[in-house]
Amino acid sequence: MDRALIPEGLKRCSLPIFGLWTLLLLLLIGWGVIAGGLVLVKAMNLTGLNDYFGFGAYITADLAIIALGAGAFFSGFLYYGLSRFFPSLKELGKIINLAVVVGFVCYTGALAVLVLEIGQPLRGWFGYWHANVHSMLTEVIFCISCYAVVLIIEYVPIILENRKLGAVKPLGVFGHSMHDIMAIFALTGTFLSFFHQGSLGGVAGVLFARPYAYRTGLFIWPWTFFLFILSAIASGPAFTALICRAIEKFSRKQLVDRSVYELIGKIEGALLGVYMVLKIADTAYWGLVQSPRLGLNLGDFYWGPYGIWLLIAEIGICGVLPALILLSPAGRKSNFLLFGAFLLDVAGVSLNRFVMTIPAIAAPVMPFDKWQVYIPTVYETAPILAMLAYCTLIISLSYRYLPLFPRERELNRV
Amino acid sequence: MSEQGHTQSSVRFGMVIDLDKCMGCGACSVACQAENNISFRPDESNKLRSITWMSVFRLTNGANYPDYKYTFLPRPCMHCDSPHHSPCTFVCPVNATTRDESNGIVTHIYPRCIGCRYCIVACPYHARGFNWWDPKWPEPMESMLSPEVSTRMRGVVEKCTFCHQRLLKARSKAYMDGTDPDKATYTPACADACPAKAIVFGNLRDPESEVGRLSKDPNAFQVLKKLNTEPKVYYISTQDWIRKLSDNAVI
Repeated sequence: MDRALIPEGLKRCSLPIFGLWTLLLLLLIGWGVIAGGLVLVKAMNLTGLNDYFGFGAYITADLAIIALGAGAFFSGFLYYGLSRFFPSLKELGKIINLAVVVGFVCYTGALAVLVLEIGQPLRGWFGYWHANVHSMLTEVIFCISCYAVVLIIEYVPIILENRKLGAVKPLGVFGHSMHDIMAIFALTGTFLSFFHQGSLGGVAGVLFARPYAYRTGLFIWPWTFFLFILSAIASGPAFTALICRAIEKFSRKQLVDRSVYELIGKIEGALLGVYMVLKIADTAYWGLVQSPRLGLNLGDFYWGPYGIWLLIAEIGICGVLPALILLSPAGRKSNFLLFGAFLLDVAGVSLNRFVMTIPAIAAPVMPFDKWQVYIPTVYETAPILAMLAYCTLIISLSYRYLPLFPRERELNRV
Repeated sequence: MSEQGHTQSSVRFGMVIDLDKCMGCGACSVACQAENNISFRPDESNKLRSITWMSVFRLTNGANYPDYKYTFLPRPCMHCDSPHHSPCTFVCPVNATTRDESNGIVTHIYPRCIGCRYCIVACPYHARGFNWWDPKWPEPMESMLSPEVSTRMRGVVEKCTFCHQRLLKARSKAYMDGTDPDKATYTPACADACPAKAIVFGNLRDPESEVGRLSKDPNAFQVLKKLNTEPKVYYISTQDWIRKLSDNAVI
């Protein structure tokens, strides 16, 4: 029925099957929208947040999804910015469209969840009007919204490649023209994304009265500023690769050459390796030097469900291990190890975002204060799952109706 | 002018609370609640959701009988005086919370607050509360609300203001009396209500004021001094074990 919309020469599953899949996602989205709507109407007492946990599931999910959406800006930077100097990076052109779509859905999804996160959503624009230049959150508000606009601009030419839309001459010309100047948007996006990924790290690092989160740093930037940028670029392309692999598994097609995955593996291995060295150094300094000066030691930061297992999981299992796998050619050759390492990489960065949000504020600071435990309610988990369903829906629609993968036809010739 | 270009005045309002006198009666907390139109719910058992500008902590020395000791520590907002910004004013994205450098009071503009709760996360003293609900007072109780303090809507943060409305009244009176408004002093509701006279309030920079003198007492301490927040609420106790609980100490 919708064959005319499917890119020429490509096969997609039947419309009823796709319809069922879409219906499932829409139900999930509907559930989340209702839950989110109730939070807006009845106020935030429906969530598991309280006066000890000002930040919770919404912020953790937002931080994680934005870090993982960094594949868009970083792959764009590598492909549009550096590939003229390093021709091997041209391989990324085979996956760049997907990276843009993933970035688009991650950022727009995060913005949607942010509407629920603030107590007065209608005042969200105050970040522009009454901006506090000292606050990291001001920079986050500016750059995330500007970068979301850049991503929309980057997504539009991909949409216009749909064969029905592209057949409309003005739209086709517009789309091609935008493709020609895509490098400008990609590099603008790189600049914006560099700063807001860093500022998200700065959100935690500048809390000088919260020893768990606080870091010294360089000039106005705490070390977490740089660590968040590094961890985002060390996991974003891996996330894109995992999504590509998932689509391949669902569609039972090969969408990109294996060399693309290997290249991403090499890049992520190097970046993750550097990130791990710096992260371990930062953790050691924080735990053994900085915190004792503030009257606390490493053991004071781990308790109950927020135990030392978090440190071992984040840095050991989901940090050093995937870095070693991705740095080794033998590791990159094995699909199990390569994609397993990507998954651990993504899990590690998500865990880092969790650790810098929830345990950071669960840890008591006053000596006579107590640890608290945060448990999100369905009014938090449902909108987050709905956001993930929205991401899946847009990616599904894009895969079905847009020529996302330039090599798909050649790789699946019968 | 400070190095950072902040004007520094000769007035820095602060408080000294004598823990040897405090008996934990909660009169300060109740007076604050009444003075500042603090909302309440039918069920106030969840202390992590109820709003209390002046919380009273119960401290113990952790020992067993007969060495067991306890005390009470009333905790208002500390109105931190750290050099650049207080932990909370530094992070607010919309300048809803700022420190008035003419008197040191950390204020909060409720209609500007977007409810991001970054200031709540930044505060190590848990001095800030969030309005998780729209406040609702039973019908006749609305007539008891003070007209000098605005009520707050849901979705915004609030905290102790050192009864800023009383400062404004004192300054107006000084102006009408022809005296210097900058030298006006006042007493917040908590200090007024304390039956043990444990709370002393005034200008910390006035060496002749009682609060200025008490803040320099050898038994005076600040909570979490190591974090360099420079709280303007001091505590006094002759008991070692209480002073030791004021800050974390790596053993």
